[in-house]
Formats: sequence, C-alpha cells, structure tokens
Amino acid sequence: MSDVSPHTPGIHAGRLTNEELTENFSDLHPAYANHEAAVAADRCYFCHDAPCITACPTDIDIPLFIRQISTGMEAAAAKTIFDQNILGGMCARVCPTETLCEQACVREMAEGKPVEIGRLQRHATDTLMAAGVHPYARATATGKRVAVVGAGPAGLACAHRLAMKGHDVVIHEARPKPGGLNEYGIATYKTVGDFAAAEVDWLLQIGGIAIEYDSALGSAVTLDALRESNDAVFLGVGLGETNTLDFAEKTGVDDAVDFIEALRQADSFAEHPVGRQVVVIGGGMTAVDAAVQSKLLGAEHVTLAYRGPRARMKASDFEVDLAAQKGVRILTEASPVGVEGNGSLTGVAFEHATSGERFVIAADQCLMAIGQKLNGQALPALENGKIKVDDAGVTSLPGVWAGGDCASGGDDLTVTAVAEGRDAAEAMHKVLMA
Amino acid sequence: MADLTTDFLGIKSPNPFWLASAPPTDKEYNVRRAFDAGWGGVVWKTLGSEGPPVVNVNGPRYGAIYGADRRLLGLNNIELITDRPLAVNLDEITRVKKDYPDRAMIVSIMVPCEEQAWKDILPRVMDTGADGIELNFGCPHGMSERGMGAAVGQVPEYIQMVTEWCKQYYDRPVIVKLTPNITDVRYPARAANAGGADAVSLINTISSITSVNLDSMSPEPMIDGKGSHGGYCGPAVKPIAMNMVAEIARDAETRGLPISGIGGVTTWRDAAEFIALGCGTVQVCTAAMTYGFKIIDEMTAGLSQWMDEKGHKSIADFQGMAVPNVTDWQYLNLNYVTKARIDQEACIQCGRCYAACEDTSHQAISMSPDRVFEVIDEECVACNLCVDVCPVESCITMEELAPGTVDPRTGRVVEADYANWTTHPNNPGAQAAE
Ligand SMILES: Cc1cc2nc3c(=O)[nH]c(=O)nc-3n(C[C@H](O)[C@H](O)[C@H](O)COP(=O)(O)OP(=O)(O)OC[C@H]3O[C@@H](n4cnc5c(N)ncnc54)[C@H](O)[C@@H]3O)c2cc1C
Ligand SMILES: Cc1cc2nc3c(=O)[nH]c(=O)nc-3n(C[C@H](O)[C@H](O)[C@H](O)COP(=O)(O)O)c2cc1C
Ligand code: SF4
Repeated sequence: MSDVSPHTPGIHAGRLTNEELTENFSDLHPAYANHEAAVAADRCYFCHDAPCITACPTDIDIPLFIRQISTGMEAAAAKTIFDQNILGGMCARVCPTETLCEQACVREMAEGKPVEIGRLQRHATDTLMAAGVHPYARATATGKRVAVVGAGPAGLACAHRLAMKGHDVVIHEARPKPGGLNEYGIATYKTVGDFAAAEVDWLLQIGGIAIEYDSALGSAVTLDALRESNDAVFLGVGLGETNTLDFAEKTGVDDAVDFIEALRQADSFAEHPVGRQVVVIGGGMTAVDAAVQSKLLGAEHVTLAYRGPRARMKASDFEVDLAAQKGVRILTEASPVGVEGNGSLTGVAFEHATSGERFVIAADQCLMAIGQKLNGQALPALENGKIKVDDAGVTSLPGVWAGGDCASGGDDLTVTAVAEGRDAAEAMHKVLMA
Repeated sequence: MADLTTDFLGIKSPNPFWLASAPPTDKEYNVRRAFDAGWGGVVWKTLGSEGPPVVNVNGPRYGAIYGADRRLLGLNNIELITDRPLAVNLDEITRVKKDYPDRAMIVSIMVPCEEQAWKDILPRVMDTGADGIELNFGCPHGMSERGMGAAVGQVPEYIQMVTEWCKQYYDRPVIVKLTPNITDVRYPARAANAGGADAVSLINTISSITSVNLDSMSPEPMIDGKGSHGGYCGPAVKPIAMNMVAEIARDAETRGLPISGIGGVTTWRDAAEFIALGCGTVQVCTAAMTYGFKIIDEMTAGLSQWMDEKGHKSIADFQGMAVPNVTDWQYLNLNYVTKARIDQEACIQCGRCYAACEDTSHQAISMSPDRVFEVIDEECVACNLCVDVCPVESCITMEELAPGTVDPRTGRVVEADYANWTTHPNNPGAQAAE
C-alpha cells in the first residue's frame, strides 16, 4: 500500500493515508455547538412574509423555526421543519442553500452574509433525531392501499405523508437499500456517518409503510398490476439511466454516477481506486462531486471539463468554488471529441467551443457526468423525456401520480423531490377520501 | 486634547470615571489595580459599624439577563456591604489614598440610624485621609431588612436626619446615594439637600427577580431551593437612572445640587449622556465586573475624542447641557409634524416595519408584491416604531414637515408657531390661547 501515492500512474486505491482520507471526507458544514447555534439564530430578523420561505421548495417556516432555536426549543423547531419537509435533516446537508433560502435572505442582500439557514436546520433536526423522537402518529386507518415506486426522497416523502393520513403504503424499490440518491449519489462529505440510512429508519417509525426491496417496476412488478391491486400509485423512480458519449471503449472511462455510488458504498475510502490524472466531463452537481471526491481520494491532477461557458454550468457558484478550492482545475468551453490510449486510457481529446482548437488532456481516468435520463417502459405519457405531471403530480394515467426527478417540472434536487412527493400525497389523499 | 480632569465638590480626579461602591472597590488589591489601570476615583465598598462584620450567603450571589451572544444586559445581586473587618478596610483606605493622592477616594458608609453609630465611625473615616463619604441609603436587600440601606432611603425624614449628623461630625464632602426603589426620586433628593448634602449619587440597584428556574421553581440566584429579590444593575437600568438624574437636575428645589451619575454606565457615550444631564462624575460597577478594569481605556479615549469633535474643552463645558431640554409632556410642541421616510436604497426588504405598523400601529406602510415598502403619509402618525424595529440604521428616518405644508393625515396646514397641550382646544383645562 505504502508505495502508492498521488503520483503513481494508473488507477489505484490507497493513494493517501487513512488519516488524510478521514480528514478529507469529514463534514463539509459541521454541526453547530449549542452556543454557536444561538448566535447564528440571533441573526435572523424574523422578516414579515419572509422571502426565504418562498425560496424554499418545501415552504418551511424558516423564521419560526429559527426563533424556536433561539428560545431553546430545538424539538419544536425540528417539528416546524418536518411538518413541511420530512427529509429536513438531509436537505439541511445537501440543499444548495446558496441558490435557495440563503440567497433570498435579506442579510444576503444587506451584507452578503445570509443567516446560515441550512446549518440551523441541521441543528434543529439533528437534536430531535438524536433524541430518537418521531413526532408524528398515524391517523385512524382508512383501509386504503397505495403503492409507491422508488424509495428515494420523492417516494419516501410521499409514503410518509400518506401513512400519516392513515393509508397503508407499500414501497417497491429496485435496489437492496432505501434512500435513492441520498444513499447512492450525494457526496460523501455532505452526509457523513451513514446519515441517509439512519434518516430512513427514523422516517419509517411512523408505521404503516412496508418496503419491498429488489422489487423493480418493469421486472418484479408491473404498473398495471400495481394499479389493479392498489387504490393509487405514486411513481418516484428518479432518473436511472445516464447519458453517454459515443467514444471508443477504453479501460478507465467510467460513469460518474457509478463512481460516486461505489465510493458511497465502499467500506473504507482506502479501498476505493482513483486515477492519477482524472478528467471529469460535465458541468452539474454530479460532475463537481465526482471531481472533488477524486481529488479527496488522492488523484494528483483533476480537471473538470465543461463544453459551455461558466455561466451555463448547472452547479452553483458555491460548488464550483468548492471544487476550485480543493484543487480541481475548471476548464470551460471544452467539448470532448474522443478518448486516446491503447486499451487503457491515456488522454481525452477536446475541441475548444469557439476557436475550434483541438487539444488532449492526459488522463488515466475519465468520468462522464453529462446528465441522467428516465429509464423504463409502459410509463404514463412523457414530456421532454420525463413523466408529464401537473402541479399536484397527476399523470396521464388515472390513479397514478408521479414526482421527483422522474417527473416534469422543478429542479432535480432532493428538496424538490420531497416537495413533489408530499404534494402528490396530499392530492392523492383528497381523491382517496372523496 | 480635551481636559478630562474633574473637580467634584473640590475633590479632584484625572477623569470623571469612578468605580461605584461594590466588589471592584472592596479591597486594597482591587483599588490599587483600578488606579493603575487609570480609573479616576473609587467609592470604597460600603463599611458597616465596628464589630463582627456581616456575612454573605455561601451560594451564588448573582443573576443575569442576556442579549444576543450572551451579552450581559442586566445583573442582579444579593450581596451585602463589606464582610471584612472595619479596621482592615480603614487601614487599606489610608494606605491607598496616601499612594494615590491624585485620585478621588470616597468612603461609602452604612450604619444604623442612630446618631451614636455615625458619631463613632465618622472620625475614624476622617483619619484615613479619604476625600469624602457616600451614605449608602440604597441597598434593597439584606441590609434594608435590618433598618438600613433602602429602608432609610425610602423615608425622606431619615435621610435628612442622617445627612445632618454627617455634616455635623464630618468636615469633608458628604454624598447621599439614593435608592431608585421609591415612587418619586425628588423627595429623597430634596431631603438630602435639606440635610445639607454636598451632592447626591444615583442610582443604587433596583429590587428585582431576574429569572425563575423552571425546574427547581425558585428565583435565581437560588440558595438551597430558595431565592430572594436582589438589586438590579447594568445596561438595562440606565434609562431609569437617567430619568431620575434628570428629575433632580431640573427640580426647582434641587437644581444645581451636584450629582454623581450611576446606573448602567458601560461606554464613554453613557457617561457623556449622564454628564449632559447634569452629572459631575459617573460611577461604574457592572461594566467593570463584566469586562474588567481595562474598559477605562475605551471610556477615557472615547469621551476625549468626542469632546474634541464637539469642541468641548472640559467636562464643565457640556455638563448639564441637555437639562433645559428635558421638559414635561404638556409643553411639547404639537405643531412639530414628522413623517417616516424609508430610504429605498438602504432597505433590505425584511418587512419588519410593515409588520409592526400594520399589526400594531397605524397601517401606514404599504407593501408591494415585490417587497417595496412605502409610507402612507395619510395614515402615518409619526410614532417612530418603524424606525425602532428596522434592523438597518438610518434606513427609516423621521422627516419634519415644513410649516405651510399640509399634513395629509389631518388635512391641516403645519403651523410655524409653537403650540402645546396647555392651550389645545381639546384640553378641558386649557388656558385661552389669545
Ligand atoms: C451525484 C449526484 C449528486 C447530487 N447531489 C445533490 C445535492 O448535493 N443536493 C441536492 O439537492 N440534490 C442533489 N442531487 C439530486 C438529487 O439527488 C435528486 O434530485 C433526488 O435524489 C431525486 O429524488 P427522487 O426520489 O426523485 O429520485 P432518486 O433519488 O433517484 O430515487 C429513485 C428511487 O427509485 C428507485 N427506482 C428506480 N427505478 C425503479 C424501478 N423501476 N422500480 C423500483 N424502483 C426504482 C431507485 O433505486 C431509487 O431508490 C444529486 C444527484 C446526483 C446524481
Ligand atoms: C455585587 C454588587 C454589590 C454592591 N454593593 C454595593 C454596596 O455595598 N454599596 C453601595 O452603595 N452600592 C452597592 N452596589 C451598587 C453599585 O454601587 C451601583 O450603584 C449599581 O450597581 C449601579 O451601577 P452599575 O449599573 O454600573 O452596576 C452593588 C452592586 C453590585 C452589583
Ligand atoms: S412612524 Fe409609526 S405610524 Fe408612521 S409609518 Fe412608522 S410605524 Fe407607522
């Protein structure tokens, strides 16, 4: 092991010591101590009709929960959050708050220093979850049965809200673990300590929700069968397929989502291999996460290459800055045109988007992060490659709702998936009880 | 550079900042360090009669009120007068005064309300070489139950009587320290004046319960499950203290009586305000107990810089300058009409002014869908609440309507002439305004 370093050519595990790896993958936004939280909470102005609430896709009453923190009532604050967003704990960690609530904070406008809403939200939710309290109980059983497909943020939020209303929910999940991209996709340093799994356990404490694993729609179950045996169906299958570039097969060319997933599931960072020179292709959150984590694993040179200008990159400024700060080189206007190497990858060829100039970046690993797409047949009608829904998540098929990444409209974010799952549940409840 | 030296009753000190009679002045060690740090004078911790000293509780003595970030705003104590033997204190006072002849050394005294008790102690205090005495008629706890402190300070006849004894048996300045635990401070001040006091000092602490422990169901500080009221001091009491100072400064009977201002003095600005209301010196206790003696550097530097900026060469230059402007409500000019003005450039759109005015005042601020807040002159009564709740300094200001313009609220032309309630037509007792 010790002969492998960041400089060793090829794709190898153990480029850094265990101490370095542990340090690299520690919490990006560490938890507050109580006093820090009180000071941070005190900065909130308790705005009238607060802009941050509007900016939160789940409409959390942010000034209220912050005021509750400042009066020492973390549990009540957590309840305020969970009332709107049952995955408030995960959202506190992964939301790009710099483009959501914190961007709308009047103190961002006033001083460029918003109230740290995300960290305060984490403080509140962590406190309640650490106490092992699940503050919701089920309403009287309605006798209605609902099938939810996919145990990602959208499916979980939908299932929880339905269970709360007294319906019986069965989640069909293709994989052996729940959480969706919370479990398999979100960057390691945003959700340390197996938080995703703990959060699902906590959420399921409401009761009335059964999860069937390895139960994929399209193979284990069909949509027709689910519609037949249930009063309603919710589709929250996410975007299971990734886009690819039509390049020659080469060892070392990998899918970024697969790379991230393997890292999330690895027993130890030291076992996870990474190249010496890594090129990541893409401009979104997945690309940034793949690039940053490659660097944290000990890759010597990491380049993030995006075909358009910086302004068009989907990743937020905060995330691009984070990548740059970790030592990732950001290259824009670079269109990938091919891969080089004899069996194993040696370089990625690009063409400059405006000048047309061609150049090659040496690489022993290339990670593709150029977007995901919906996977599956016999689904309700689509729109731009996603299941077409209205504001309430209604699809083209009677009795079938959809939400999250797989559904049209909204950003592909955890918090949006939660909002859509929750709202669909409310709409389903109305129809079921009519 | 402004001259900060003070001559108060002929007692000279290098600056007007004295330490009030309290723990900071309870022993030689403290007072020497205070003088070395630059304090202009001290009022030694209150001495009792010869004999076994009083005893303090052996549990906590203080309770506190906090602002943001645990900033101490108010302190409450249940401490008694000095619990060290009289002879020890007198020896120490003698030594310190000898070594610091340029500093003011006042000895605070509280002995029973009997002529003999004062006759006994005064010659011994005289022997120390101290510059004067302060009669503690203020302690609201412990001593008052023994017929001393506030128990004397609440009975004007006793104040006058004791003051007369002191003037008879002591040949240096006598300062009477007043308690705020009365309904009208002018009565005790007049009594002190009538008894021949050279000055009054105020305020001593205010009877208070700072908090109740909701677990033990006892007031704090808690002594074995019980609490007793204490004396409140610190920044929170300054407004109360300043009003009492002003009442004495403008009372026909006590006008001109020298005053040493006490209560919440924490910065140079607080001191300047007390001096503007007529005080010759200020005394500080809580601020020193919170931050240590070093704050004297900020106080002297700040006062001196402000005096330079304003062109005041000495303390006497601005002493009492605000007194003529303290008046009774009925003499306020009702023809002075103002309107709130919101600086849209400075506005951060928090909406606090809107919530305050809409919910609790006069519905005089409008809010547009894009969060522009504007004052409705037709409704604005000029109460100033919006200014007070706005988190941005100077964002909302009160603008005076020029004489001749019409106040859109009343439809009346603003008059140039001064007119007050005493002549107002709505006043049943109004004098004819011919
Ligand atoms: C690498 C990466 C990083 C990201 N980082 C962030 C971030 O930091 N912050 C943020 O807000 N968002 C982030 N996102 C986006 C976010 O993860 C998604 O928007 C969110 O997870 C969508 O939730 P979902 O429930 O719609 O889908 P998913 O999370 O994708 O969940 C879908 C679930 O359905 C299951 N499923 C799929 N097909 C079937 C089937 N046929 N039958 C049964 N089950 C099926 C899947 O196994 C999965 O469990 C990231 C995405 C990626 C890829
Ligand atoms: C712990 C403590 C003990 C005090 N003891 C005395 C005392 O012995 N004699 C006295 O005249 N005032 C005493 N005081 C009152 C102070 O001298 C002063 O009047 C009061 O604290 C207000 O000033 P501040 O706001 O600067 O603290 C005491 C105050 C405190 C906090
Ligand atoms: S001054 Fe008073 S009445 Fe006028 S706008 Fe402000 S809060 Fe409303």
